[in-house]
Amino acid sequence: MSCRKRCKRELLKFAQYLFRLITGTLNTDSVEDELELSAVRHRPEGLEKLEAQTRFSRKELQILYRGFKNECPSGVVNEDTFKDIYSQFFPQGDASTYAHFLFNAFDTDHNGSVSFEDFVMGLSILLRGSVQEKLNWAFNLYDINKDGYITKEEMLDIMKAIYDMMGKCTYPILKEETPRQHVDMFFQKMDKNKDGVVTIDEFIDCCQNDENIMRSMQLFENVI
Amino acid sequence: MAAGVAAWLPLARAAAIGWMPVANCPMPIAPRDHSKRQDELIILNVSGRRFQTWRTTLDRYPDTLLGSSEKEFFYNEETKEYFFDRDPDAFRSVLNFYRTGKLHYPRYECISAYDEELAFFGIIPEIIGDCCYEEYKDRKRENAERLMDDQEENKDSKLPNMNFRETMWRAFENPHTSTMALVFYYVTGFFIAVSVITNVVETVPCGSTPNQKDVPCGERYTVAFFCMDTACVMIFTVEYLLRLFAAPSRYRFMRSVMSIIDVVAILPYYIGLVMTNNEDVSGAFVTLRVFRVFRIFKFSRHSQGLRILGYTLKSCASELGFLLFSLTMAIIIFATVMFYAEKGSSSSKFTSIPASFWYTIVTMTTLGYGDMVPKTIAGKIFGSICSLSGVLVIALPVPVIVSNFSRIYHQNQRADKRRAQKKARLARIRIAKTCSSNAYLQRKRNGLLSELLDLTTSEEEQQHLNKSTSLLESQHHHLLHCLEKTTSLSLSLSLSLSLSLSLAVSQAHEFIDEQMFEQNCVESALQSYPSRSPSLSSQEGFTGTCCSCRSRKSIPLPNSSMSTTHTHTQGLQELSALHIQCAEQQGHSSSRSSLNMQPNEVGRFNCRERQITTAIISIPSPPAPIPEGDGHGPPNPGPSISTTASSNIVKVSAL
Repeated sequence: MSCRKRCKRELLKFAQYLFRLITGTLNTDSVEDELELSAVRHRPEGLEKLEAQTRFSRKELQILYRGFKNECPSGVVNEDTFKDIYSQFFPQGDASTYAHFLFNAFDTDHNGSVSFEDFVMGLSILLRGSVQEKLNWAFNLYDINKDGYITKEEMLDIMKAIYDMMGKCTYPILKEETPRQHVDMFFQKMDKNKDGVVTIDEFIDCCQNDENIMRSMQLFENVI
Repeated sequence: MAAGVAAWLPLARAAAIGWMPVANCPMPIAPRDHSKRQDELIILNVSGRRFQTWRTTLDRYPDTLLGSSEKEFFYNEETKEYFFDRDPDAFRSVLNFYRTGKLHYPRYECISAYDEELAFFGIIPEIIGDCCYEEYKDRKRENAERLMDDQEENKDSKLPNMNFRETMWRAFENPHTSTMALVFYYVTGFFIAVSVITNVVETVPCGSTPNQKDVPCGERYTVAFFCMDTACVMIFTVEYLLRLFAAPSRYRFMRSVMSIIDVVAILPYYIGLVMTNNEDVSGAFVTLRVFRVFRIFKFSRHSQGLRILGYTLKSCASELGFLLFSLTMAIIIFATVMFYAEKGSSSSKFTSIPASFWYTIVTMTTLGYGDMVPKTIAGKIFGSICSLSGVLVIALPVPVIVSNFSRIYHQNQRADKRRAQKKARLARIRIAKTCSSNAYLQRKRNGLLSELLDLTTSEEEQQHLNKSTSLLESQHHHLLHCLEKTTSLSLSLSLSLSLSLSLAVSQAHEFIDEQMFEQNCVESALQSYPSRSPSLSSQEGFTGTCCSCRSRKSIPLPNSSMSTTHTHTQGLQELSALHIQCAEQQGHSSSRSSLNMQPNEVGRFNCRERQITTAIISIPSPPAPIPEGDGHGPPNPGPSISTTASSNIVKVSAL
């Protein structure tokens, strides 16, 4: 908008304000309009449908939903709430960046909020899925722009976010180049054709050949 | 980690899979949940109202009663629920805390009751959510202030051993404690008034002689006024010195406001005495006389309202300061403006800015003397703006000061009222308490009765006796009895108690016969104890009568069983009262006479009358003056009674 137009608008507003001042009209409550954010109310799909889509039993779904609804009475989690909740598990560091990536990984339809279906689908993959599915999910997490390739920059971002969660007081002290070194190590391991990016096949292949990773994938079987 | 988000821990753990591919080191083994309980509903029965919740809801806060294994102590096996004998209304907020993670303070609850509930359930009050925290803190502060008020009043109670100095200080601080203090209080008040009036009247022109102009009274009757002044100052000096002597901390007293006022009130006189009638210093002397008006502040010791006012001003110091500051700012601004506005006009009174201060102050406080008025148009415009703004600036802090004063004044009123009611309240509470604490000693006598007489009492009477004491009481009594046995001392009632008792029982005339009955039996029982008293000879007679008592006892039994337990205890009360009175070592002749009166009232039992009196006399109690001079049994000194048990018993009677 041009300067002239802006000045004109400002002048008009000031004139209006003076007029209201002199005649003594009451201030309309303009504040409340802004607070009328759409109160999102989301109801999940039926229990049977979710039972079919996920690998949880009816009872487990009930327990999950109760916990979910308790924290988020409106039925959806937006990013700030998610960051809040996740940060409470890591009080010593700053978990907001990683929470942001996690949120994007859970929010499969990318509408800015995680509903109960997203929540439970994600959990179903992570806890009851096959190794392939889990690795798929992890790849999806690392691939920030969801283009099918993990670049060094993306990996560096993820790595920094993970190290941020540790906080300042670590032993040995976190050095500047540690995340970068870690990323280099990762790429050395994963990037077979040395093209600077890791594709999904490279990733899955490499992980399946690594015993440690395979073993740790089974770690959280009994979470629910 | 806030336990409220415990529900999301599974998510966080599941998401940890995202770290696995990038991890360098192998992962630790995950903990297993061995107690794999299905989430179950828990029933919490709070005084009959049933609350139900999931177990995991309660597990969210493991450091509280409900969240930890402490609740197992309250588990009721038969009904399979947890029973708490607490207030169900307050429990609502407690349970909501588990559900929502926020603790709310319900406004209708009493603050101390709520605190107790929180303490019981192991929840710290600091968790109260922001929405209710202000309210909670305010109520708590009010409560604490009130309790502190009460405690301060307790300090007024007279300590048993106060030396002269402390008594004097107490008399000064609270004139209502003794007549002397009250007299002193009024005398000083009178003299303050006299002094102030003298100062005022001194300056009034009284009567003019024809060839002189009006002279003030002070110069006409110099001697009279001087004497009056001297007298007042003497009184004030004496008072000040006495207070100084009596003060517990002299240094602190000298620093206090009232003492400074006292000093300022009497100092001018002494300075005037010391100084000669020099012309140069008389000017200064006159100035000093002004300070005599400070004597009027001495009234604040006599008037609570003045003290409150002073206290209010002190507590509103910031508001007053703000008022002053804003006024000063406004004065300077407007004075400057007026000065420059009026600079042009001729013969303007606004000669300088400081000169304009006077106009501004007079205008802003809406006084408007009219000795300085603006003449130019600009001056008039600014002058009107000045007077309008003056009203606003002054009106703003005034409500704050007024509300502060009102609050403090009402607080004081309430404190006074409470103090007045306190005496009555405490007396009532004391009576209630003493009635229950008597029960032990009565019971002891009951026990004695049954022990010594070896009564083969009928079942009814036994039940009768036992009915009047609950299990709790009997256990308490047993405990006290054990203590007595341990220390080989015995508990006794105080005199005041006994008097109140006897007063309480004096109305029970119609049950006299039973009382006499029991009285006799007890006395004979007491006398049947082996003692070296020469009244032994009479003892046989007593045992004889005791048997007769016993035989006769069977007759009125039906009556007694029909009568209420209240009567029974009443009889025993009288009994104990009688014994107390007789054994009282302070030689209360009044009580003795009343003692003798009661047997006399019961004219029918003449034969017993004699027995009664003699029995009383022959109770071996150390220096008890014997009333009837029967010559019976000189008071056996206590130590002559060898057995400890007997000493116990004797002492009981010697109460």
